[in-house]
Amino acid sequence: MSAISFQNITKTYVSGGRTVQALHDVSFDIAQGEFFGLLGPNGAGKTTLISILAGLARATSGQVTVQGHDVRRDYQAARRALGVVPQELVFDPFFSVRETLRNQSGYFGIRRNDDWIDELLTHLGLSDKAEANMRQLSGGMKRRVLVAQALVHKPPVIVLDEPTAGVDVELRQTLWHFVARLNKEGHTVLLTTHYLEEAEALCHRIGMLKKGELVALDRTSALLAGTASTMVRFKTDDALPASLQPQARITGRVVQLPAHDAAGVEQVLATLREGGCRIEDLEIGRADLEDVFLAIMQGQAR
Amino acid sequence: MNWSQSVSGTMPLLRKEVLRFWKVSFQTVGAPVLTAVLYLLIFGHVLEEHVEVFKGVGYTAFLVPGLVMMSLLQNAFANSSSSLIQSKITGNLVFVLLTPLSHRAWFLAYVGASLVRGLAVGAGVLAVTALLAPPGLAEPWWALTFAVLGGVLLGALGLIAGLWAEKFDQMAAFQNFIIMPMTFLSGVFYSVQSLPDIWQTASHLNPFFYLIDGFRRGFFGVSDVNPWTSLAVVLTATLVVSGISLHLLRIGYKIRS
Repeated sequence: MSAISFQNITKTYVSGGRTVQALHDVSFDIAQGEFFGLLGPNGAGKTTLISILAGLARATSGQVTVQGHDVRRDYQAARRALGVVPQELVFDPFFSVRETLRNQSGYFGIRRNDDWIDELLTHLGLSDKAEANMRQLSGGMKRRVLVAQALVHKPPVIVLDEPTAGVDVELRQTLWHFVARLNKEGHTVLLTTHYLEEAEALCHRIGMLKKGELVALDRTSALLAGTASTMVRFKTDDALPASLQPQARITGRVVQLPAHDAAGVEQVLATLREGGCRIEDLEIGRADLEDVFLAIMQGQAR
Repeated sequence: MNWSQSVSGTMPLLRKEVLRFWKVSFQTVGAPVLTAVLYLLIFGHVLEEHVEVFKGVGYTAFLVPGLVMMSLLQNAFANSSSSLIQSKITGNLVFVLLTPLSHRAWFLAYVGASLVRGLAVGAGVLAVTALLAPPGLAEPWWALTFAVLGGVLLGALGLIAGLWAEKFDQMAAFQNFIIMPMTFLSGVFYSVQSLPDIWQTASHLNPFFYLIDGFRRGFFGVSDVNPWTSLAVVLTATLVVSGISLHLLRIGYKIRS
């Protein structure tokens, strides 16, 4: 049995009198104990897919199950199996951290949950904030409470929707250490993030959405191997030769160009020389997930 | 889904909703009590010598049950509606949406908390105003019955308004143009017997009139209409409004896209 199963998910809605297709026939499964990354640019449909999984939105057609439970027909069992960290930094200003976690436990039918709540507070570095009102917490601390709320009922499946957006390095480290531990203990994790180095480091498998369609689904290592395996990186103040411009990834002065092998590297360098482009700080390295992501989003690889 | 699964989690959500208003009770309970006392002092002072609605009952004492019920109704409505609209706008409703709570559990918790706030405010108004003008308690079971039904009816109506409204000004419009006129034009300050025929007829179309008339019966033992008629009207209205709000919760109206 898959931990999560998406079967032929389609979602359309009407916005401003126009019919928008947010998801188109998306199907994939996430295995028990897997750490799965769902990537895609803004508006690709990641949050819509997670909203359907969590019961916040309804698919126009298709079926989603969590631990074998249909998220619509058997929503109570499905939601008990699911812990979702929402993307938005939201909180209830009337309550302290501990009250918030006790309330959330109660909604799942769990009484006297303080031992687990204390453990969560300790692992997420919130012990000294337990009695503080939610309004008094910094953004990073509020994000930690969101994570604790998602885990308060010990769900076997955890969904993290861009949990590290706008948080500091310390929290990111704390969070990944904790989530990686939960994954090792058998929890299934579905992560969406814009930080591709995080996805590359953590995820066993990755799915990529583009304009509501699943355009890539493979093991992280296979995705990395399936595109240009070598990247030529350098800095320049000159214009690139026209033939290289379509494939170049430019960040300020830094330019990255794909090259499949040594001959490809030589060809790139020769084209730069012939075009009169002066370069400095030349590096030749392996392609990373960001290169794969951009290649797939630009339709250059599958 | 059996009944026990269906209402699992109701008590924690009810407790949370009660704490939500209780933590700011100065504003949610104290303020409406003060408003009701001011009404009593001003209207009582101006009209005590000029108006006798029921034989042998002073106007100030006559006002007390109406003010209690008006405060109860307005605050029961305010509790569920303001909680929902605030949670929707700030986004923290997601914490409840992600849980296995059924639409029945939502209904029981939100309406239950509205009832608690309505009764708390009503008891506060009664305690203070009764010191100034004791109204008596001729048939207390009627007072209790209509107080509970009023809290449930307005709590359920607040749920509908909270689900429907997307902005605070829509909620204010619902409150100012529907709830406020219906409570003021229901006989809080007068007996409908004193109105011209057309307004008497209009009052009889207002379920709040039956709530206040039935509630007042509990204090004075007399009322404008038979309390059993009032009970039938109020029960029907409560069942209809509760049915609509349960349906809207079940389909996730404006809360699940």
